Amino acid sequence: MVFTEPKEAFPGSIYDITFGAERTVTFGGENSLAFHGFEGAAPHHPVIAFEVQDSLPDDWPPAVHDVYAGVSGDPAAWAQFCQNELKAQAIALRLLSTHPDRADRSAADAARTVADVLAAVSVPLIILGSNHVEKDAEVLVAAAEAAKGRKCIIGKAQEKNYRTITAAAMANDHLLIALSELDINLCKQLNILITQMGYARERIIIDPMCSALGYGLDYTWSVMERIRLAALAQNDAVMQQPMLADVGMYVWKTKEAQAPEAELPRWGSLKQRGIAWEVITAGSMLLAGAELLIMRHPEAVASIEQFIGELSVTEAG
Amino acid sequence: MALSGVQIFKLLPKTNCKKCGHPTCLAFAMKLAQRQASVDACPDMSDESRRMLGAAAEPPIKTVTFGAGPHVCTMGEETVLYRHEKKFVRPTVIAVRIADNQPDTDIHTALADVLDSEIDRIGQKLRIDAILLDYVSGNPARYQQVLETVIAHAPDVPKILSVQDADVAETALRSAGAKKPLLHGVTIGNFEAMAQVALKHSVPAGVIAQGLDAVAQLTGKVKELGVSELVIDSGARTAGAVLRDNTLARRAAIKKNFKALGYPVITFAGRDDAMLETLVAMTGIAKYSSIVVLSSAEQWRDLALFTYRQNIYTDPQVPMQVEQKIYTVGEPTPESPVIVTTNFSLTYFIVAGEIENCRVPAWLAVMDCEGMSVLTAWAAGKFTPAKIAQFIQESGLPEQLTKKELIIPGYLAILSGALEEKLPGWTITVGPREANALPAFLKNRTQQEMQSKP
Ligand code: B12
Ligand code: SF4
Repeated sequence: MVFTEPKEAFPGSIYDITFGAERTVTFGGENSLAFHGFEGAAPHHPVIAFEVQDSLPDDWPPAVHDVYAGVSGDPAAWAQFCQNELKAQAIALRLLSTHPDRADRSAADAARTVADVLAAVSVPLIILGSNHVEKDAEVLVAAAEAAKGRKCIIGKAQEKNYRTITAAAMANDHLLIALSELDINLCKQLNILITQMGYARERIIIDPMCSALGYGLDYTWSVMERIRLAALAQNDAVMQQPMLADVGMYVWKTKEAQAPEAELPRWGSLKQRGIAWEVITAGSMLLAGAELLIMRHPEAVASIEQFIGELSVTEAG
Repeated sequence: MALSGVQIFKLLPKTNCKKCGHPTCLAFAMKLAQRQASVDACPDMSDESRRMLGAAAEPPIKTVTFGAGPHVCTMGEETVLYRHEKKFVRPTVIAVRIADNQPDTDIHTALADVLDSEIDRIGQKLRIDAILLDYVSGNPARYQQVLETVIAHAPDVPKILSVQDADVAETALRSAGAKKPLLHGVTIGNFEAMAQVALKHSVPAGVIAQGLDAVAQLTGKVKELGVSELVIDSGARTAGAVLRDNTLARRAAIKKNFKALGYPVITFAGRDDAMLETLVAMTGIAKYSSIVVLSSAEQWRDLALFTYRQNIYTDPQVPMQVEQKIYTVGEPTPESPVIVTTNFSLTYFIVAGEIENCRVPAWLAVMDCEGMSVLTAWAAGKFTPAKIAQFIQESGLPEQLTKKELIIPGYLAILSGALEEKLPGWTITVGPREANALPAFLKNRTQQEMQSKP
């Protein structure tokens, strides 16, 4: 039988996003499914940002915290370490200590942290709140002002707080993450609400909500696939933004990434298990369509970079 | 390609004679389209229609099995490209490669690792499904010797014989043929001889060629020789090549009804770098490989890949769930605490696992919430005080208990007041939010009770 390759071309395409000031990176821009370079254009590789927190990450297990042992008490030093030693393409600063159940640090404090980190690094920055809807609205406004001129990505804007955060992104020329929880309709709805405020839809990044291997990854996988098909095959202009997978925070709280070998001898090496958990979660999100990843373990990042390199060469050979 | 009900209707006699057991030909056509009836039920159909409908009823990806006994591997039968459309039905077979030029000690270690690979996750027993025995030594006697060792130590593990020499394959199948191994090694250079061997021993065959076009040519030739259970290998080894070839083959089979590629795919993930190998295997599991061959069974990777396969192959419409009932952990007494949760498999196994860990005997009351997690079930109105109270009252538990204390999930602390009203005579205790805090919580509680006793 004669075989004709059943290649598919789609009417829609994904916006590309460039962020950063001194140094910039670009992701998105493809008109085909993830790594389908054999039938479409994929001008940019996905980008991986290293996660940095504004206070000592006391809930990171040693397997990943040890890497940052000397620097994790100081966000600027930590970010610098990621940029200079780990060759990070981008940094994601999570302002976790502003959460009322944690240190409840003020928005002004957070703004100072942002300024310190920006002074310490030249790679592009993602600025994240603590995922407390009310507090994030305060914190991210102050952070957006402190980062004016550096064209950062800020977030996450959710249904309950998108107005203030969107306004802050708009006023200070930043890009915006829109977070909905594993529901394609809510995702679309939030994008519409944000653009109705006059915010350009080419400047949104979709976060359909990540989940770790074994803990809901199947839901994230399918929501991402559906969002991407809506963008490309149905040419739905409201859904054509690149997607974010916030991988590390879900992976490193799982039991599999933490349980010592002595407790669970059948689960094998803890070191490799934790890295594999982050690697499979991240790799899987890439295959489902994510273009921006936030990760923690440098060895996992290195493997994912290799994987991206391999996936980007799709010609026969 | 599947035909629609209307397309099928056009091929029927249109007499509405009811002999098929359906009121009209159209009703029967609709049932056929949904694969809920068999073409044979209509006695009056023309031979031509029968042939066309028969061909259309075949799954776009052929069913192929290998191995025998309880752990037989079944592959194929997939009908979609994306799991949100319909459940993926045949979970990827995960195999480990053993090469006959490895030293005996390594072979024994590899066998032991495979045999000891079983892990329980969310109530499923998962293990390395198959062994691929690769003929690389060039020494037929050595291959046979290693094969005998593998058969002796792992008689029930399905086998893939990777051999491209028909004589070596023939000898191997004389000892291994009864358990229906997969004979992986049909190439353009040997297909006539290999097809003969496969036919003689009634085993499925793996077809190897560079690129999908060459694979399609070769499956056509092998099928003409009478071997119909095939597996295909296009030579894709990198993640990008696996993604491309598997996507194009699955699309061709499902969307274009291209039979020459409508077979399960075998992917060799083996790499020097263990993490990269893990990622290539992950790509195969997510993207349409029916068999993924690893270079070794590593416990950490087995756990990760088994879990991944479970995620991808779970039914997206119906979450994995456990039966509603009162489970016992340890040997609870009429004084032991009752812990209530939902029947989402993940929730149940996490909670049950933590209680087991701390060895505090308890009653675990698992309520049917259509497989939703605690918060999802609450948000969906399935895990409400009224429903929880009814479930507990009707569970038979109250009659067995002298001390009526119900521990509820920390995330649902707000329910405690309403529950106390609905369950008169019960003490409602709010547990911790995360299950991993349960052991400390339960141990503390027991200690306090001991101390408070006179
Ligand atoms: C995956 C998911 C879904 C899946 C369903 C998965 C499933 N099978 O249940 C889908 C996409 C279908 C879904 C749907 C909805 N969801 Co939902 N979903 C989630 C998500 C992301 C994860 C849930 C999960 O799998 N958790 C893992 C399991 C293991 O957790 P768990 O059951 O709670 O168990 C833990 C603890 O509670 C504890 N525990 C369990 N039992 C017990 C017992 C005792 C005694 C103790 C002490 C502890 C304990 O142990 C476990 C581990 O620590 C959560 C957000 C989140 N991150 O939690 C939202 C979430 C639960 N969903 C939510 C909502 C609102 C919904 C919807 C109503 C919204 C919608 N989009 O339509 C629907 C409802 C469903 C319906 N049909 O109407 C909300 C609930 C908000 C609230 N506080 O009420 C959440 C919290 C998201 C949010 N922040 O808005 N959801
Ligand atoms: S038996 Fe055949 S002809 Fe008769 S009603 Fe059924 S489909 Fe129609």
